[in-house]
Amino acid sequence: MAEKDTSNKKIRVLLAKPGLDGHDRGIKVIATALRDAGMEVIYTGLRQTPETIVNAAIEEDVDGIGVSILSGAHMTLFPAILAQLKKQGVDDIVLFGGGIVPNEDKEKLEKAGVKKVFTPGAPIVEIIDFVRNEVGRNRADEKIM
Amino acid sequence: MSEKQLQEKKLQEKQAPKPKSAPEAKAKRFCTISDVEINRLYTADDIDQSKLAEKLGEPGEPPYTRGIHRDMYRSRGWTMRQFAGMGNARQTNERYHYLLAQKTGGLSVAFDLPTLMGYDSDHANSLGEVGKCGVAIDTLADFEVLFEGIALDGVSTSMTINSPASILFAMYLALAEKQGVAWDKLRGTLQNDILKEYIAQKEWIYPPRPSVRLITDLVEFCVKEAPQWHPISISGYHIREAGSTAAQELAFTLADGFCYTEEAIKRGLDVDSFAPRLSHFFNAHSDFFEEIAKYRAARRIYYKIMKERFGAKSEKSLKLKFHTQTAGCSLTAQQPENNIVRTAIQGLSAVLGGTQSLHTNSMDETLALPSDKAALIALRTQQVIAEETGVTNTVDPLGGSYFIEALTDKIEAEAMAYLDEIEERGGVIECVEEGYFQREISRASSRYQGEVESGERKIVGVNDYVIEETGPSIPVLIIDREVEEEQVKLLQKVRAERDNERIKSALAELQACARGDGNTMYPILDAVRAYASVGEICDALREVWGEYTEPPVI
Repeated sequence: MAEKDTSNKKIRVLLAKPGLDGHDRGIKVIATALRDAGMEVIYTGLRQTPETIVNAAIEEDVDGIGVSILSGAHMTLFPAILAQLKKQGVDDIVLFGGGIVPNEDKEKLEKAGVKKVFTPGAPIVEIIDFVRNEVGRNRADEKIM
Repeated sequence: MSEKQLQEKKLQEKQAPKPKSAPEAKAKRFCTISDVEINRLYTADDIDQSKLAEKLGEPGEPPYTRGIHRDMYRSRGWTMRQFAGMGNARQTNERYHYLLAQKTGGLSVAFDLPTLMGYDSDHANSLGEVGKCGVAIDTLADFEVLFEGIALDGVSTSMTINSPASILFAMYLALAEKQGVAWDKLRGTLQNDILKEYIAQKEWIYPPRPSVRLITDLVEFCVKEAPQWHPISISGYHIREAGSTAAQELAFTLADGFCYTEEAIKRGLDVDSFAPRLSHFFNAHSDFFEEIAKYRAARRIYYKIMKERFGAKSEKSLKLKFHTQTAGCSLTAQQPENNIVRTAIQGLSAVLGGTQSLHTNSMDETLALPSDKAALIALRTQQVIAEETGVTNTVDPLGGSYFIEALTDKIEAEAMAYLDEIEERGGVIECVEEGYFQREISRASSRYQGEVESGERKIVGVNDYVIEETGPSIPVLIIDREVEEEQVKLLQKVRAERDNERIKSALAELQACARGDGNTMYPILDAVRAYASVGEICDALREVWGEYTEPPVI
């Protein structure tokens, strides 16, 4: 895939709502918070497929994809996005997310390659710090190289 | 002071906020959760005594501020209606029998997302969603299992379904035919409120105008064929969950209801033929007195507008009836048992506000669908309020309180201002298309979140009184992944066994009706009787009306 444009120091994040669930209060709060923290945020809108999400992430040259799922479909949709990333040969985009996810599933997903799953009540500062440190790291690494 | 008391006191001191310096303490604002400023004290000066009697009326008398019945809960308790649905029809049927055995007052069907969005269980978009947040329904065959052993003339059923509401209602009607129950014996409610979907919950299929027509068709159908049924539950619940204030919830909900009323009148229906069957659905959030004031203001505004603007004459058209659900968005994943306490207080506010039915949330809803145990505690919470607290002994126990009356006036005024603004902007549909509601809610939601983040607003267990938790402290319900496979097999079996020629012609009839101006309920019923699926019927209408897409706005 194309080399990242490292001249732009801002962290770029794609926020996405896969599946059929329309609860977008949370993802909009996160979008505003990340933007206010100085990041570039692209929000896909509702009801995206894993394929369109990954394609948008590549096209927008983002550092991370943040996904919100409140319907209970997380054990299908997160792995489907991971599989899409793999299929397209992407290894420098961090996948994270949040939603109504029981602890047991959260652990499984984090083992499977989702960098972090946040659950209701997660402080926004924690999410911002995570994105800055874990998602922005790729960009910083590239600059060093 | 005993040793134990002393320890408790020490613990309290430890947890209490640090004493603030004088200027800081002065700057502290005392506001409701909706940012309404509250006075230190309310006195007789805060209410216009000369108008008080007129503003309150007697319970069961206009303007119904004190409640829609003379005796309220003395003569009849509220309906304890617990929303439930998960997995397939068989599993949900078992939960219904369980709830009925625990003396729940009525059934309330939660559908899964594919059903809500009008997709069959084998559609590509349904992948991973089947049976997850409600029961999966594809055809009448699923409905037959869902209500097995339940006589439809012996129960009142609420169905939370919006865009495909006509289809699911048609299944209920077709099932009644099979059980030999006349349609005029059916009691229950459809949510069937598409406007709040565009405003808040976002489960839409078609664009607003044909969607509102579907609703008007259903209202007209019920007037003629199922007079005991409530065709719409005009819902503020989701507006509040999306982050609105109490006044916005009230105003936007009432505005939606007035829009449906206007459309039905335009259709040629007499307001008193359908208005008695309209019902409302509100949220019970955590700000105790604000919620009570909201319900009281709701009744007063509704009475005034139904009478003055729509010329309703029947007493039943003028009374605002409502269902309440406690606030899901107030629940926390941290220390989830605390949610039982939140729910109890919220439920109490709904009762003090005069609700006709109530759903109390389960403590585990930020983690998963309710487990049997959590669902039982939620129901028991209502039973404790009803049987043990004594709040049902008298009508509108808080009426006349300086604070409650002042707050009721304030919320009423704020909601009226919103209603005027919506009118000035060209009405509800225009406001939806223009994104007005979405912006207003988003602003309120950001303000609230900011308060939580800054610590100005404390949430127990989240930004204060935090304890280190390891692993889940309560067991949660897991939906088997096999449910999806089984459901798809079942659907394919129905497709193989039914008369597919009959389906084809029924769907063609429906499309012809949708292009014209007939009532869509009748051709939908024919399609459902032939075992057409939810997805097939919605696809037929998608072809005629297209699909709605919302531009992403942050």
